[in-house]
Amino acid sequence: MRNLLPLLLVGTLTSLKIFALTLLFSIPLGAVVARGRMSKNRLVSSLVNIYIMIMRGTPLILQLLFVYFGPYYLFGASYDRFTAVIIGFVINYAAYFAEIYRGGVQSIPVGQWEASLVLGFSKAHTFTHVIVPQVVKRIIPAMGNEVITLVKDTALAQTIGVAELFRVAQSASARQFSTTPIVIAGLFYFIMNGAVSRFFDHMEKRLDYYH
Amino acid sequence: MSIITVENVTKNFDELGVLKGISFTLNEGEVLSIIGPSGSGKSTLLRCLTQLERIDGGRIEVCSMTMASDEGGTVQYADARTLKEIRLKLGLVFQNFNLFPHMSVLRNITEAQINVLGRSKAEAVDIARQIMAKMGLEEKENAYPCHLSGGQQQRVSIARALALNPTVLCFDEPTSALDPELTVEILKVIKDLAKEKMTMIVVTHEMAFARDISDRVIFMDEGLIVEEGPPDRLFNAPTMERTKRFLNRYNQ
Repeated sequence: MRNLLPLLLVGTLTSLKIFALTLLFSIPLGAVVARGRMSKNRLVSSLVNIYIMIMRGTPLILQLLFVYFGPYYLFGASYDRFTAVIIGFVINYAAYFAEIYRGGVQSIPVGQWEASLVLGFSKAHTFTHVIVPQVVKRIIPAMGNEVITLVKDTALAQTIGVAELFRVAQSASARQFSTTPIVIAGLFYFIMNGAVSRFFDHMEKRLDYYH
Repeated sequence: MSIITVENVTKNFDELGVLKGISFTLNEGEVLSIIGPSGSGKSTLLRCLTQLERIDGGRIEVCSMTMASDEGGTVQYADARTLKEIRLKLGLVFQNFNLFPHMSVLRNITEAQINVLGRSKAEAVDIARQIMAKMGLEEKENAYPCHLSGGQQQRVSIARALALNPTVLCFDEPTSALDPELTVEILKVIKDLAKEKMTMIVVTHEMAFARDISDRVIFMDEGLIVEEGPPDRLFNAPTMERTKRFLNRYNQ
């Protein structure tokens, strides 16, 4: 029991690393995917659509296995487990984020583009100064949902052998014939998501000055 | 001097002719009202002038610059630089304001001055404050659009357009989203601009107002100009049957 807490904290650190790196890459990648999804080029938009359908239509656990073991079958070698986890999570979450971004951009009234055009703003200026700020406000609740899910999804990293919080807790449970480590892990997830929720509540309040 | 020349302009939406050959000119200092039933093409005409829609035929000239012309057979638009220059000659006030909700009133009015005209921030703020004072918006510069009444929002949008010193100010049913009291408030603002000899095109359903401020009135129906003339003549003695019917309904 004395050794349990440090073990769980190390596991938590791995979970947090997966969480942070996934967000770091998938948030911008989602924008690229959304841009492709909204492309006027039919080929681009349908290819991107297929990618999104696969990412959202198959289990993340399967995608992780695919990302890690796929290269073995194809090239006889793969990246290390942790890298595979990050790649798997990033391409999965980018697809979800892309759809949230697209929904946000398309929910902005066309009048905002028209007013900007008539005032002489360039498309880039309109996008960065008129559209994006309003999109950010609109997508915060949906992003909050997704990020909370991510905290819990990090537990899936164990399927390709990365010892994150839940894996560590499970092993400890098995060794000690006790459910205590798993309950504590649950508490850890709960606390992490409390922080995530607070962050998004705070963002919502900060942007509450207009509607 | 003619500022806008429109010759035989056509516009189709999926085979449906919305403008079927519109020609008119607008002279400096003139106030032109465009009236007509819903779906007659009035707003589309204004949107073609302000480049929110592309025309399918005809010719549009603004301040001696050709914006689009079908002389070669198909409609050719001018190069991007000319189009931008033309765009800035025309201001547009929308029916539903289209203010930027995330910007304060002041920033709504200064944003384009700074980023499009390249004015310094101090100068832009100065100009914005002068216009706001004229429009009775002095107290509101730090407010956000959602905290303003419809009438105030529309005044901000007029101020936003005026801040770029357009040669012509276009209004697309500027009072259609407002209740009768606020309508009066906006019509007064437009009237004041008319007094200052601002060149304006006003698409409106307010007949009394059109009669009051216009130098000339165009009555449109089904994509065509049915009748055109000074307001006294057009409202008191319309010559076309279609105009009579339309105006009769309003007078009832």
